[in-house]
Amino acid sequence: MIALLNSPTRRTRRLLATILLAAACIVTLLPYVWLLCASLKSNSIFFDSLLLPGGDGPLGLNWSGITIDHYIRLFRDLDFGRSLVLSVFYSSVTSLLATLACAMAGYALARLRFRGKWLITTIVLGAVLIPAPLLLAPGYLLLYKLSLLDTMAAVILPAAAPAFGVYLFRQATISSVPPELIESARIDGAGDLKTFFVIALPLLRPMVGTFLMITFLGVWNNFITPQVVLQDPTKFPVAVSIAQLRGVYYQDYGLQMAGTLAAIFPLLALFAFLQREFIAGLTAGAVKA
Amino acid sequence: MSKRAAAPWILMTPFLAIFGVFFIYPVVRALTLSCEQTFGAGHSEFIGLANFRRLADDPLFWKALRNTTIFTLGSVLVQLPLALLLALLLETPGLRGRRIFRVLLFSPAMVGVAFAAVIFAVVFEKRTGVLNRVLHSMIGLDLDYAWLQDHVMGAMIVAALWMYTGFNMVFFSAALQNVRTDVVEAATIDGAGPWSRFVHVIVPAIRPVAGFVVLLSVIGSFQLFELPYLMLNTTAGPDNRGLTVVMYLYQAGFETGDLGYASAIGWMLTILLVAIAGVQRWLARAEGVHS
Repeated sequence: MIALLNSPTRRTRRLLATILLAAACIVTLLPYVWLLCASLKSNSIFFDSLLLPGGDGPLGLNWSGITIDHYIRLFRDLDFGRSLVLSVFYSSVTSLLATLACAMAGYALARLRFRGKWLITTIVLGAVLIPAPLLLAPGYLLLYKLSLLDTMAAVILPAAAPAFGVYLFRQATISSVPPELIESARIDGAGDLKTFFVIALPLLRPMVGTFLMITFLGVWNNFITPQVVLQDPTKFPVAVSIAQLRGVYYQDYGLQMAGTLAAIFPLLALFAFLQREFIAGLTAGAVKA
Repeated sequence: MSKRAAAPWILMTPFLAIFGVFFIYPVVRALTLSCEQTFGAGHSEFIGLANFRRLADDPLFWKALRNTTIFTLGSVLVQLPLALLLALLLETPGLRGRRIFRVLLFSPAMVGVAFAAVIFAVVFEKRTGVLNRVLHSMIGLDLDYAWLQDHVMGAMIVAALWMYTGFNMVFFSAALQNVRTDVVEAATIDGAGPWSRFVHVIVPAIRPVAGFVVLLSVIGSFQLFELPYLMLNTTAGPDNRGLTVVMYLYQAGFETGDLGYASAIGWMLTILLVAIAGVQRWLARAEGVHS
């Protein structure tokens, strides 16, 4: 086997794969590098260079064209930090609510017996197929009737009970919470609620982590819902603020790029720490199904 | 009700309460709303199936559907083969740095569509945009190639390529890890070349995941909205070249104020996507019976 792995053809194939993957990575990274450089360039020379402006200064750069003014304006004058904090708030509250609601419901549908279970399961599985844009108009009308338009609840509540979350937790329960364990807890006299929190939830931890991340990401990156339900700019999450910025400061490319980088950086940093769990959790369902 | 009988409902209640109010009710309301003409949130009038008749003759709706279909086909046909190729490279036996390659290639999936739209709006500028400059120096593409004016859907396909190729690659790569190495080795010993191994061993093994990835891409692509909407400065672009189905829904509901017509468009989208999912299910099942 070792000899096979190190045979010349294998080595050539490995080298070729490495070169092609490295090239793909460079193409993938280029927009990030370009974004970082663009956010540091003054607008007067924005289009003069591809990345940073060249010149006679140290490192062969024109340092007078490089500036952090865009970031200063963004955070001091335009209160962009507020949008970032709001995005953290919307995303964490929604993902906590959704994960708890979906984990409880998914577990109950997978392991408990009660009337109406079949009907609820069927509806949940069907709901996964409904595309979100269908709910835009009636959802707006509902929030209007509930006097919830332009409130934070309008962003959080409609996203707090996603059907596919229940589906994922139902699958996770079936594959990682053995019925015998629940049965023995029951014989020991533990109620269904206690059994869920003490026995099932710890076993569901990988899915809890994955689903928290999926929901957090989904809310952070959602543009259309807050765009439709919010009016007041002081309530905007970053996805809407960035669009606003683009509309108002149309020619101010540096400012737009600084805002975009500030908005995507927290997620990329989070991903850098949790990438293994995230990718494993995301693909597990698809490959097993 | 005894404590035992109540417990499942206590576990179900938080989900059912929110789901009932913010999902089931709006879906039912979408049905009745699609038979109304509304003027903003306050006033509406029952008009039967007139919205759907109007849709059938609405050239803008058909244009939106056509644009969205072009984007979807382009995305699936360009992006997925590339994703599969990258996954095959990633699963080369003995490859070093697999994890770092995977993470870097996947990372654009973290970047929201709204943010990618702002980046690519500047990338695609003619004359000054970075893409044309790079392509100009590499393959001599005309610097004035007007992506956002004349080739909107092409630009969207390129942007989506950056955003989702790594995402899809990760699914293919997970599927490839499940291909049994002994089967591949046996085929090699039997004298199967790389192409024959790919067609006869790898493709059948990853087919279920491939079906899932295609379905996910099609469903996602058909809901294209933010990318053209923000790249074209909240318009549909010259001659509605960037108009998509969801953008048309948004315009009808929230710019014109006709939530009824928007709901009718929403139902057309829903029917289309459910039909596509049904066909995929049917194909997968037919295959399962076959093998």
